[in-house]
Amino acid sequence: MPAAVFIRLALLEARRGGLAWLAVLCVVGGVALGAFIAQIAISETRLAQAAIIAALLRLSAVFILTAHVVSSVRREVDERRLELMLALPLPRATQYLGRLAGFVVLGIGLAVCFSLPLALWAPLPAVLAWCASLGCELALVAAAALFFAMSLAQVVTALGASLGLYLLARTITTLQAIAAGPLVEDSLTRRMASAAMDGIALLLPALDRVTRSEWLLYGSPRAPVLAAALCGCLIYAALLAVAGLVDFQRRAP
Amino acid sequence: MTRDERPLGSLPPWLWLALAGALALQIGFRAWQPAAKIDPQDLPPAPPATVLRLAALGERAATGRLAMLYLQAFDYGATNPTPYRRLDYRRLLEWLHSILDLDPRSQYPLFAAARVYAETADEARARLMLGFIEREFLVDPDRRWPWLAHAALLAKHRLNDLALARRYAAELERHTHAPDVPLWARHMEAFILEEMNELEAARIMLGGLLTSGAVRDPAEARFLAARLKALEERLAREPH
Repeated sequence: MPAAVFIRLALLEARRGGLAWLAVLCVVGGVALGAFIAQIAISETRLAQAAIIAALLRLSAVFILTAHVVSSVRREVDERRLELMLALPLPRATQYLGRLAGFVVLGIGLAVCFSLPLALWAPLPAVLAWCASLGCELALVAAAALFFAMSLAQVVTALGASLGLYLLARTITTLQAIAAGPLVEDSLTRRMASAAMDGIALLLPALDRVTRSEWLLYGSPRAPVLAAALCGCLIYAALLAVAGLVDFQRRAP
Repeated sequence: MTRDERPLGSLPPWLWLALAGALALQIGFRAWQPAAKIDPQDLPPAPPATVLRLAALGERAATGRLAMLYLQAFDYGATNPTPYRRLDYRRLLEWLHSILDLDPRSQYPLFAAARVYAETADEARARLMLGFIEREFLVDPDRRWPWLAHAALLAKHRLNDLALARRYAAELERHTHAPDVPLWARHMEAFILEEMNELEAARIMLGGLLTSGAVRDPAEARFLAARLKALEERLAREPH
């Protein structure tokens, strides 16, 4: 099955590129930081450990996966290996979605790996919910990184666009709340800015509602909340996948 | 940067359908999700100024202002008849204090304290905020005098506490020495004791702030003018 070959290739490249070691290093660093926090916190030690390490590991996972996907795809394009693949008798959709599936599996692996140390400080159901959410979030991140790496010709621009989209999605709710504030003069410009923010929010995933550290601190989210968070990520990942596929289909030859 | 591309028309129709479907699903899902609502009870405890300094990574002025924008987002729904009335004012004070500690030259926290949070109809909360303004004024009187002057007016006209207003006025006279402090502020006690209503006092004060150069920011001037207009409308509605 061609898709399975692409998944295997993605995992093989990640192993050879030392991604596993980087993930282990992050986990070890997280555990060490947790031990350090235990020494300096005078209250809510376990909560402080879980919250800080979870936030740090989440960001690390996003950055590692984005950098890996972008560099891997750009290398493949620049070394003209992609052209060789396009010449093979394989549908383009299979090629693109196969690559994406490989990166998604890698993201899920990272999510599982990064959730393990959190079980030291948080209850298991909460860790499982956090892990599932991070897995879906990383699927979205992989789709975004693949889309930008295929569409943009430079590593830096692709990396910047991927991380910029992620940052905007994490902050859009706050930006909406600020833009709707009543203290600012009520003018046409302000109403337009507020409407623009609402419009942009419709085109972005609500990443501030997923993989929340507070789940680890105050208990797992309710099922509808978790389901909405996971669905939001998967829907947006699907949108990015289809958009990327459109671009990939147009690629010559 | 350019690359060879096939024409859009060469793409299979099912791909366009999939793109439109995915886009519609995303927009529909986001529109269906309830709008994010920040509850006043959600205002978290303020981080200590040392933590804010650490998080600022050297950008204290920028972080202080970002923190103010974050703080403003609470109770911004403006669905309640008196905005900010439901906020936990003790937490709010901790936030304002930490932000001011982060960037002591910023006037933003005291502006918000005097012009927004202290103007609540809840007397207990207003007094908490006035106390904060007084404490912070004493740290840097020559820079922070406008906020205590406004606090004196609020004490007189909103709280009907002439003794408190006179105390603030006396502190203004005693502690301000900078040449740019206007005469009426240096003689605040006489200003307070004059028989004038809140609107007249507010007009004189706003005019004084503008001519003394204490208000330079156009947005702030507009905000103050809007407040003055609201005050005019409120007093016009009230029976004399």
